[in-house]
Amino acid sequence: MNISRSVNARFGWRLKFNSGVVPLIIGISILGGWLLVAIFAPLLAPYDPIFQDAAVRLKPPSMAHPFGTDNFGRDVLSRVIWGARIDLQIATFGVVFAFVIGTTVGSIAGYYGGWVDMVLMRLIDVVLAFPFLVLMLTIIVILGPGLGSFYVAMALVGWVSYARLIRAQFLVLKNSDFAIAAVSLGYSHKRVMFRHLLPNAILGSIVFSMSDAVLVLLNGAAISYLGLGVQPPTAEWGTMIAEGQGFITIGWWITTFPGLAIVLLAMGFSMLADGLGEILGVRQ
Amino acid sequence: MNSSVPLLEVNDLVVHFAGSTMGLFNRSDQTVKALNSVSMTIRSGETLGLVGESGSGKSTFGRAILRLGELTSGSVLFDGVEVANGTSGDIAWLRRETAMVFQDPYGALNPRMTVGDAIAEVLTVHNKIPTAKLNERVQELLALVGMDTELASRRPADLSGGQCQRVGIARALAIEPRLIVADECVAALDVSIQGQIINLLIELREKMKLSMIFIAHDLAIVRRLCDRVAVMYLGRIVEEGPTDRVFNAPCHPYTQSLISAIPEIDPDKPLPEQLLGGEPPSPISLPNGCAFHPRCPIAQDKCRDSPVPALRGEDGHLSACIFSSESIFPQPT
Amino acid sequence: MSPPVLSVRDLSVIAKTDQGPQTLVDRVSFELNRGEILGLVGESGSGKSMTCRAIIGLLPSSRISISGGSVILRGKSDLTHLEESDMRKVRGGDIGMIFQNPSSHLDPVMSIGGQITESIRYHHQVNRAEARNRAIEILHQVGISDPAQRIDDYPHEFSGGMRQRAMIAVALACNPEILIADEPTTALDVTVQAQILRLLMDLREKRELSIILITHDLGVVAQVCDTVAVMYGGRICERGPKREIILDAHHPYTTGLIDCQPSGGSHRGLVKTIAGQPPSQGSMPTGCAFHPRCAHATKECAQTEPAAVDYQPNHMLACHHPIGEINEGGRA
Repeated sequence: MNISRSVNARFGWRLKFNSGVVPLIIGISILGGWLLVAIFAPLLAPYDPIFQDAAVRLKPPSMAHPFGTDNFGRDVLSRVIWGARIDLQIATFGVVFAFVIGTTVGSIAGYYGGWVDMVLMRLIDVVLAFPFLVLMLTIIVILGPGLGSFYVAMALVGWVSYARLIRAQFLVLKNSDFAIAAVSLGYSHKRVMFRHLLPNAILGSIVFSMSDAVLVLLNGAAISYLGLGVQPPTAEWGTMIAEGQGFITIGWWITTFPGLAIVLLAMGFSMLADGLGEILGVRQ
Repeated sequence: MNSSVPLLEVNDLVVHFAGSTMGLFNRSDQTVKALNSVSMTIRSGETLGLVGESGSGKSTFGRAILRLGELTSGSVLFDGVEVANGTSGDIAWLRRETAMVFQDPYGALNPRMTVGDAIAEVLTVHNKIPTAKLNERVQELLALVGMDTELASRRPADLSGGQCQRVGIARALAIEPRLIVADECVAALDVSIQGQIINLLIELREKMKLSMIFIAHDLAIVRRLCDRVAVMYLGRIVEEGPTDRVFNAPCHPYTQSLISAIPEIDPDKPLPEQLLGGEPPSPISLPNGCAFHPRCPIAQDKCRDSPVPALRGEDGHLSACIFSSESIFPQPT
Repeated sequence: MSPPVLSVRDLSVIAKTDQGPQTLVDRVSFELNRGEILGLVGESGSGKSMTCRAIIGLLPSSRISISGGSVILRGKSDLTHLEESDMRKVRGGDIGMIFQNPSSHLDPVMSIGGQITESIRYHHQVNRAEARNRAIEILHQVGISDPAQRIDDYPHEFSGGMRQRAMIAVALACNPEILIADEPTTALDVTVQAQILRLLMDLREKRELSIILITHDLGVVAQVCDTVAVMYGGRICERGPKREIILDAHHPYTTGLIDCQPSGGSHRGLVKTIAGQPPSQGSMPTGCAFHPRCAHATKECAQTEPAAVDYQPNHMLACHHPIGEINEGGRA
């Protein structure tokens, strides 16, 4: 509980240790586990993830290859372990840029109101008017396949949710007494926004970002599956599923294990979101 | 500072809001006439009490003169400088010279900040003190308002209402203001704590020669604290004068009824027989003439027909009633 | 003399918390006679509202419960042991309740008349027209002018004082003998407060209504109450006739409370105060709850809780060192 206490001390978030503790601990354990797997991938992986051994193609799980091998004779376990590095990166960067942009835009819109708010809100409407996946794919296709394009696409599409969340909070909080007090004390707009309003407004977004990470992860897997994300032979779970689908009838293990890895990581984020939401007292 | 210039001079201040109606089907544009031509002067070192019922515009006035709310027209001279349509530089200067104390002791403090940090922030932002002496000054301010300095590391939620209000006052004092606007700053507190805060304000005022606008609905508190009183009704001042004279010889029928309605702790004084009827009308549709005439026991046709009566009187005791009436309500002695 | 309408004996309420059970209301006793107005005075957290909620069986949380004592209605049924279905008949039927904030206790999407007739028809077998006529009559009694026209209005069409009148009308729809009024005038302007207090006194006259008036304002008590019970830290520390309590109080908290009213004394300058803070839940002092703030406190006060004794006829007191005796050197 040391972490929570220091969080409490730093930000003054009043933590409530109730039913949220269990999902929080499970979520942190799962994510922490994946983080360790990613960091120590070279030590943990029994084989080189891209080494092709023609002798052991399409072998089912065994002692030598616990998750079996794929059609190129690569060890699926090693590829799942190395894939954790890429997929954790996808979940993190896919969310962070959207979070930062959305929070900034939402703060400005909510705080200043008037025509600033009007313009920014119309911009959000425009983004929302396009189907999410279509917009994302279009951006990636224009920029060219690869993870960099994916992050840009996620940032350009994903920020709207954060902007709307923060704006709604700001609209309420900016009329609260402590905000008016801050203005009356002669504080700059920047200080009132980021020092006083934002810490009180941001909890909901933090919780949302955890569930958003799940969505980003699945999107990342989807675009890799479509061949627009991580390029072969790099080990990434979505790509692995895409490559293995032709062999689903004769080599179920090639797609199943990376699929389970995605599910497990997503569960980690989702439980963390649940637990945080409960403990920080944020209604989802 | 020029001593011949009043600290604050407000002339014909008007604040009208575009009111949004709640009805589902009748979306008509209605203007809430919160303040209708209010003029007032506050000299340095003076405490002015602003009293009135809800909707009288007293809080709107407090915020408007500090430029924390919109104002429609009129002039606000702070130390001779026009701030009603002042530049951002003027407003920034006004903020450094004034401070506000709020009604809700918890709501006025950032729930995520320790109270020590909240006070330190004021000092840092306005470069009041070198960083090395920051802590010392925070402790000094907390001690000044009678707070245990150990509580500096607490957050508002860990303090009582009275303690939070002391912090609110300490934070206001940190700015070293020349004018403090206190908006119903004891209304949310328990009676035994109210007294502590009132006494604190009285002591601070003596010690620091503060000028204060004390907004309250509780006349007994205003009587204790203020040098001068202005009584507001529906966005106008209806009576104004030195506290003792207004309380001992109120001129306006509304002031008289307010004073007679203060419940006194005297078992032999039952509820007064003659009560003011009705309630203040909506500030959206003001009555013609004197706004008080629909509730006024001595109103005549000319109260409705003649224009809004002006404040008049002598020796600084002014009233806006066309009758120079004697008291029609029994007044406490 | 006929038995009291309501007799509360040693009523206690506890809350289960993570730090163990906490006493919110501690052995509160009082009697309410027919046509009497009892003032229940205290600061926030003194247990005055909780006492009344316990009486009508509306405790705010399942973790808060009555832990002892009895509430006897008309010398017969003990309300603390009633089934919920019987309790529902008591609420509204025998005991009405009004609150500080009428806006949040009136249904905003139901007309005023609808809310009154709903209550009438729930408790009595009458048809719509009859219920409506009674509702108009009640609205008239609580001083709403033109009640036949206004009965179909919704709460938002009423002003603050009118809403409080409407809530009183709803509470009185079924002719209860007892009205519990929880800070009914705190949210109102002072001129409207006087009107509502006048109305309560009129209703007491006309209907022989018994009223428990919860308030923090001793001025209101002085104007309308017959009897006063002063609560502090969940206990009644002094109870007696209004005149005695205001002019001849013996508990240091009562005298402190009277002295610190801003309307009292010289009208100008410093107010007398009670130092310190009222106790908060979870940090209830040992012994007498008031001893940390009491100028007369001794070691005894910190250790043993003073018993509630009949200090004079009809004048209950719970204090080791009652004021008025200290100068004479100890207790009689």
